[in-house]
Amino acid sequence: MIAFILRRLLQSIAVLLAVGLVAFSLFRYVGDPINAMVGQDTTMEQREELRTKLGLNDPAPIQFLRFLSNAARGNFGLSYRTSEPVGRLIVERMPATLELSFCAALFALFVGVPMGVYTGLYPKHWSSRLLQAVSLIGISLPTFLIGILLILVFAVYLHWLPSFGRGQTVQIGWWTTNFLTISGLKALILPSITLGLFQLTLLMRLVRSEMLEVMRTDYIKFARARGLTNRAINFGHALKNTLVPVITVTGLQLGALIAFAIVTETVFAWPGVGQLFIQSVQFSDIPVMAAYLLLIGLLFVLINLTVDLLYFAVDPRLRSQTGGPRMAGH
Amino acid sequence: MATQSALGGWLHRFTDSDVWWSFKSSPMTVTAAAATFFIVAVAFLSPVLAPHTPFDPATLSLSDGLKPPVLVSPDGDWTFPLGTDDQGRDVLSSIMYGTRLSLVVGFASVVVAMVLGIALGLVSGYIGGVTDAVIMRIADVQLTFPAILVALLIDGVVRGIISVQRHDEIAIFVIVGAIGLSFWVQYARTVRGSVLVEKNKEYVQAARVIGLSPALIMVRHVLPNVTGPVLVIATINLGLAIITEATLSFLGVGLPSTEPSLGTLIRLGNEVLQSGDWWITVFPGATLAALVLAVNLLGDWLRDALNPKLR
Amino acid sequence: MTFNLRQSVALAAIACAGFGMTSLAEAKTFKWANSGDVSSMDPYARQETFLLTFNSNIYDPLIRRDKNLKLEPALATKWGQTDPTTWFFDIRPGVKFHDGSPLTADDVVFSLNRANGPGSNMQSNFVSVKEIKKDGDMRVVVTTKYPDPLLADKWAALGMMSKAWAEKNNAQNSADMTKNEENFATRNAMGTGPFMLKERRAGEKTILVPNPNWWDKPEHNLTEVIFAPVANPATRIAALKAGDIDMTYEVPPADTETLKKDANIKVMEGPETRVVYLGMDQERPELLESNVKGKNPFKDKNVREAIHRSIDVDAIKRTVMRGQSFPTNLMVAPGINGYMKDLDKRPALLKPEEAKKMLADAGYPNGFEVGMDCPNDRYVNDEKICQAVVAMLAKIGVKVTLKAQTRNLYFAKILRKNDLSPGETSFYMLGWSPAQTYDVHNVFEALIQTPNKATKKGQFNAGGYSNPKLDALADKMEQETDKAKRDAEIAEATKLYVDDFAYIPLHQQALVWAARKNIDLVQPADNSFPLRFVNVK
Repeated sequence: MIAFILRRLLQSIAVLLAVGLVAFSLFRYVGDPINAMVGQDTTMEQREELRTKLGLNDPAPIQFLRFLSNAARGNFGLSYRTSEPVGRLIVERMPATLELSFCAALFALFVGVPMGVYTGLYPKHWSSRLLQAVSLIGISLPTFLIGILLILVFAVYLHWLPSFGRGQTVQIGWWTTNFLTISGLKALILPSITLGLFQLTLLMRLVRSEMLEVMRTDYIKFARARGLTNRAINFGHALKNTLVPVITVTGLQLGALIAFAIVTETVFAWPGVGQLFIQSVQFSDIPVMAAYLLLIGLLFVLINLTVDLLYFAVDPRLRSQTGGPRMAGH
Repeated sequence: MATQSALGGWLHRFTDSDVWWSFKSSPMTVTAAAATFFIVAVAFLSPVLAPHTPFDPATLSLSDGLKPPVLVSPDGDWTFPLGTDDQGRDVLSSIMYGTRLSLVVGFASVVVAMVLGIALGLVSGYIGGVTDAVIMRIADVQLTFPAILVALLIDGVVRGIISVQRHDEIAIFVIVGAIGLSFWVQYARTVRGSVLVEKNKEYVQAARVIGLSPALIMVRHVLPNVTGPVLVIATINLGLAIITEATLSFLGVGLPSTEPSLGTLIRLGNEVLQSGDWWITVFPGATLAALVLAVNLLGDWLRDALNPKLR
Repeated sequence: MTFNLRQSVALAAIACAGFGMTSLAEAKTFKWANSGDVSSMDPYARQETFLLTFNSNIYDPLIRRDKNLKLEPALATKWGQTDPTTWFFDIRPGVKFHDGSPLTADDVVFSLNRANGPGSNMQSNFVSVKEIKKDGDMRVVVTTKYPDPLLADKWAALGMMSKAWAEKNNAQNSADMTKNEENFATRNAMGTGPFMLKERRAGEKTILVPNPNWWDKPEHNLTEVIFAPVANPATRIAALKAGDIDMTYEVPPADTETLKKDANIKVMEGPETRVVYLGMDQERPELLESNVKGKNPFKDKNVREAIHRSIDVDAIKRTVMRGQSFPTNLMVAPGINGYMKDLDKRPALLKPEEAKKMLADAGYPNGFEVGMDCPNDRYVNDEKICQAVVAMLAKIGVKVTLKAQTRNLYFAKILRKNDLSPGETSFYMLGWSPAQTYDVHNVFEALIQTPNKATKKGQFNAGGYSNPKLDALADKMEQETDKAKRDAEIAEATKLYVDDFAYIPLHQQALVWAARKNIDLVQPADNSFPLRFVNVK
């Protein structure tokens, strides 16, 4: 077990390095940051001088090594766009994204899983079919359109919820939270729904299909024959057996949530890392892009590791193999 | 039944099958199939059916711009039944041509992602060991990058290799490749997850004991078991691919803006959502929603119908 | 348009007159949004309109522009030249920084040197400067290397910073991007302006409060200003309609009409000083993406004319720009010194047959193919304008392949390289405003003169148009001090590029702002937004 975790961690470090190298070799295709940094009157010579000073003319591996050696000392450089330290920019924006993704995941789980269980238990009922069709709308339109439509309905016409931003936040140490004020909580609702809708649909459909399969297995029929209550069967046995794929997908989607937050944050002017990243792409703000990708890479690696560990906890059959999910020959 | 059986053995077997029966008995599925067929047929016949050719700039005139749909406004013009956008493009024809383009991009990239993802997932899950580690670590790297960045990289590399002039001609292949490559991980991870569960089950071990080759075991026994989750992903990804393509065109990596896809039409329409010219957004949006809804409903049915355990 | 502008000025004037009656105890919070954030609180961090004008609410300049863009005294009460190469600026007595310390000549000399120092982006305003020094506590003297009649105009946007504060916080220079050190002045500010920085959260919000000890009489009635960047235009408009913000910059043309119909919202519009134009490659012997080999059609004046006269800017104004543009035939806008109203007439449009015949006579009976580059996030509806141009040219047999992309990729592709060799484009779109000097010479020098590495002229002449006669005239007007002579030179040079069809000027885009009905404000034509004229009713 420990060997497994160690090996995964080592592999993960290799992954992060690969991420960094790939990132640095593609930055030049995102655009030239110099044009965004200087005014229209700046001469070509001054532009070139700045480019050289920033090391943008060096080959990608060299730029990457320089970035790494600075990053190892906790120094991610200054943003080309705002001249602020990148490390602090990201730390400041991270709480907004994490809280939003967390709420979106909760929304998807607590609405999606029950809907999936219900439609899986009563697949023929008209309400199940209706739920299924309605849930598809969430994936039929681009996120930006859904977000804007929600804003138009709930902010412009009904005046119930704010149209953008985080509202009032409370600072606890370096963390700013939405959870402690009414206006902060209200501000979370629309973006969370927009972001979570896709995951909700995915989870619901997944749980439903797993439930359908499990409910027909001999194991459930046997449990029924033993006279267990419906409730015990449905939730104690059936739902538990759908957990492996649900964990896989939720884990993967947690990462996707943070990546998808880019669009949601842009629509709702939510001051998180996703918006920071998009702004950085538009300005070719290489230090911010690099740090963001490194951070997201780290996050994904951790999530994947957790998912694999959870497999062991949930599916006892996997536990019989020592050293992780690996076949010892045929 | 009698007339159909006369058409031949295979058709008889098909119409007799559980698959056909479950199709027939679900009105929603029949409707979805009809809708999908209708949209796909109209889209692919658009050069014949469409009243205008919106992809030919020579036929566009700004003096036709911003005409409302005929049925809602006396200012409408029967030449442009669903109105025109600010370039004087007929909305109906744009939707038909745009849907065709989106379907091609969507299907092609889903196929690329699916084939790649399933193959790597099966190999990774079944063989395990170093192969598994390498494939899954690559998947991690891939997941780390938003699809948009993967596409930017591919586009950038392609641009570096070939001349600017040829770039627009192959833009569609670049997009398909980029979206396909950024979506394969989901299939691979899901298939691998299922393979890990399945491969220790008795029937797979039994198959191995009687000497079937690993490849055959995978294809015959493991693959059918992952069809369900893979179809869920594939159906959802079709819509997602169409939407991703719209986002990419926004970043200047997409298809030429003079030939808008359905997703691009919606992206352009989003900008005029509050302007009162609702037809520019609503009709393409409704078409995309209808298409994705129909395809997903078909996917749902197909998944249940193909799953041997649900019969 | 001018009516609207004048009307808002008048409204603001009425509001000022009524100011005495407004109770100061009442909280007047003004919330507004823009697509992007102010990139820094440092007034010299970027030479871009938004940063300069936002920070001028905190940092007063020596000389400021009034509601009509005329120069008026701010921190300098008097300024002028004692001889052609010597300028003086008399500092206003009794002015205090936000921390209560007095403004002296030391602060001014420090600020000017800081603006010309490392990390600053304002150095182009100091090319002519030889030395800046104080003469007593309240006078600053500047000597220039050669006569520079536009020095005061160039410095109208430069804010003055407290020397003691900057030194205490180790911010003597602007942030140096090539060093990995944070600069205190990026997040904090210490000026003498009408507003003080209360809270700065980059990318989220910036909060200003009025300066109770401001040297001038406030014309606003605000108690707090909250600025938030909202990138998505649809969200910004929705937020305005919902009342979550009081005012927004950059209203998309498509939304202007519906906002005008909204009883709670008023729309302000006026022409911007930037001209959006198309350029053609007249330098390469062969176009980059063309079926014509061995020659370059754009080198032929008749071809340029046929294309110029086949682009219907009024139709573009009507549909693509929804009325929010001001078609032009010149490379400078009204309000810029050197704008020649008499010459600003677009030649009559050609019928497609006539244009085709012109092309045939020029040796292209079947038209030709060419690639076009266009940004898709720089100017208002840039990509859509290019698309409309593609359709118009298709009708005369010129087959244009459009490549629209995001600005950073776009500019890197089309602009000239360091050695002034041409960028990768044959046909492109750019916008230009002589924003620092408000004088036409900047346009001749940067866009129309022949690219020349030694003299640094024509750096942004991406198409390589070249006319020796025009080059000579432009050089002459740079040093000319006799206004009548200079105007004659400008007129002659303007006529040259117009008759040569050197460029295809399209329009000035409209500045469209929208605010809630209870807000009074002033909209100057340079797209600056002075908070000192804002009143909340």
